[in-house]
Amino acid sequence: MIRIPLRPLPRILEARAEGRNPAHIERENLRLRHEQMRDLARRRAEWRLLFLAALFFMGFALIGARMGLLAASPPHEPMPYQGEEIAAYRAEIQDRNGRILATNLVTNSLYAEMRYMVDGARAARELARIFPDIDAERLAARLTDPDRRFVWIRTRLSPEQVQAVHDIGEPGLLFGPREMRLYPNGRLAAHVLGGTSFGQQGVNAAEIVGTGGIEHRLDATLRDPDRAERPMRLSLDLTVQAIAAEVLDGGVSMLGARAGSATVMDARTGEIVAMVSLPDFDPNDRPAPPTEGDPTDSPLFNHAVQGVYELGSVMKAFGVAQALELDLVTPETMIDTRAPLRIGGHAINDFRNYGAEMSVRDVFVRSSNIGTARLAQMIGADRQRDFLQRFGFLEPASVELAETARARPQFPDRWTEISSMTISYGHGLSTSPLQLAAAYAALVNGGTRVEPTLLRRATAAPGERLISERTSAMMRALMRQVVTTGTASMAEVEGFVFGGKTGTADKPDPSGGYAEDRVIATFAGAFPLDDPRYVVVITLDEPNETSSGEARRTAGWTVVPVAAEIVRRTAPLLGLRPRDDARATAAIEAALQLR
Amino acid sequence: MRSLFYAASLLAVMALAVWAYNENHKTQQSQARVAELRREIVSLREAIGVQRAEWAYLNRPDRLRDLVDMNFSRLALLPMTGAQFGRIDEIAYPPRAATPADGPALSGVIEVLGDARHAIGPSAATSGGQP
Repeated sequence: MIRIPLRPLPRILEARAEGRNPAHIERENLRLRHEQMRDLARRRAEWRLLFLAALFFMGFALIGARMGLLAASPPHEPMPYQGEEIAAYRAEIQDRNGRILATNLVTNSLYAEMRYMVDGARAARELARIFPDIDAERLAARLTDPDRRFVWIRTRLSPEQVQAVHDIGEPGLLFGPREMRLYPNGRLAAHVLGGTSFGQQGVNAAEIVGTGGIEHRLDATLRDPDRAERPMRLSLDLTVQAIAAEVLDGGVSMLGARAGSATVMDARTGEIVAMVSLPDFDPNDRPAPPTEGDPTDSPLFNHAVQGVYELGSVMKAFGVAQALELDLVTPETMIDTRAPLRIGGHAINDFRNYGAEMSVRDVFVRSSNIGTARLAQMIGADRQRDFLQRFGFLEPASVELAETARARPQFPDRWTEISSMTISYGHGLSTSPLQLAAAYAALVNGGTRVEPTLLRRATAAPGERLISERTSAMMRALMRQVVTTGTASMAEVEGFVFGGKTGTADKPDPSGGYAEDRVIATFAGAFPLDDPRYVVVITLDEPNETSSGEARRTAGWTVVPVAAEIVRRTAPLLGLRPRDDARATAAIEAALQLR
Repeated sequence: MRSLFYAASLLAVMALAVWAYNENHKTQQSQARVAELRREIVSLREAIGVQRAEWAYLNRPDRLRDLVDMNFSRLALLPMTGAQFGRIDEIAYPPRAATPADGPALSGVIEVLGDARHAIGPSAATSGGQP
């Protein structure tokens, strides 16, 4: 900035010459200079004010925005143990009517912190008195170890134990809240529920992780915080499950069977209403998986899902259904049943000799291996394989259990004529009782495929059509005749028109071939057959019926009475009314006259 | 005039300060109350959970079955079967609807009820104190 001098010489000289007071010039210049300085100061002050105003505006805007955000954000739910990074919540599991199958309970865990510990040795002694399985000396060594700062003592305490520990009066013993999974029904539905254990542990919470069954398979869904408030509804009916378990348990112990399974399934929707496998376990105290021996002996083994067996004559239904569906035969077509049937060095025999020929109806009702093998010959191996595949026998069942993935059906890679003939009467193809139930549901429900599920379904659209309505009606009539005139006469349940097919399969011997005296007896059926609502599949592993003095192992003597008792007890609870047996049977059997 | 304005704004600032302080205090109070209520809700939920679990445990089918067996002499409960169903036409009509006018019919009903209670079992008769 160029400064104008206060007393510019030319103007002073000029003023002097004119006789004016030169001091005026100086004052005038001084005034101008002051004005300049004032303007500058004002501009600066204005900037400063603007800057401050902007600052304040931004500050207030920030606070206002934050307040708006706070006002708009939803109030958050009260949750236990806020601030813990381990998710402790897990959705409840209920049966189809809302009865609790699995819930959570808050208990306490016990730990010790050394910096508060007064007398570690005494604490260890007192704790050993409360918990008899604690080794007092080892615990005392850990509690008095100067290098340790923290010791876990127990993961779960009962309220009485909490009080007892509290009474020790040791400030170093501390409790941490623990959410615990509780199965109030004990062993009931143990294989479906599976079980849980603690995953990551912190002082104030521990993660619960599913270790089997539906708890493992749907672990992520159960732990999803968004749906933690909504219980998971299963398709199981607790009452039906309890009755099936009670009756099956009676059957297993009376017949001296190694194991047994019972599955009750809705024939239209595929919902599993009851699924029992014996022996079972308590999911509150899930045993460790076996490390040696036969895994199928373990109580953890789910015989209804993991048990992949050659199920024997129950499979005959599919050969007969296919032959009827393809119009190769009618129920009255006569089939050559001369024994033995020799093919490629094998001989196929019947349980007893049924004579030279019998009708397709009798082949099914009286269960002739030779007859079904002949039907399989007529159908051909490729068509049979395709048919069984569509019924879901060649892939693991798709139910929501952790164990299904490992239960692969077993069948020959090369589906030769001889294997197709043995498969037609249930040898050579191993499948689980659950798959059999789903397939039988499709046979009787009018011929549409069902997907088995353990989750409750409101509605289910009919699946892919597998056989015609007419064939399905014929199969229902044949199944009814198995009870009225055939191998399952003990399955008559007054009022509920029960029917199905028996199967007695020799068990494969570990040393090769088939065992002589060990069988798997199966009954697969549906009720009421005039309008099939439920499918029942019962298996017994190595049953022996000895009431008459000699051992009888066929399904008709062993598993059929168990199945009938389950139907007798559960049908009224499933909302079915008894009906007039004779009239219903006549209506069902009319299907056999269809052409 | 000007000094009055200054005095008024000073008073206003003081009043606002008092108000802000009060609001702040109230907010803190309600926050504390909310936290307390939350804790209460959590503990009540836990208690409800325990009650529900206990209810489910007491109603487990095993226990109910045992209770039915233990009390068979008094309750005579049997498993439900198809034979227990009836049709509506199998039920006899009641003799005649009792009207307030006819007293004797009413006492007749009570007698029948009393007899039925007798018929249940010897325990009912002894506890009833009947000769």
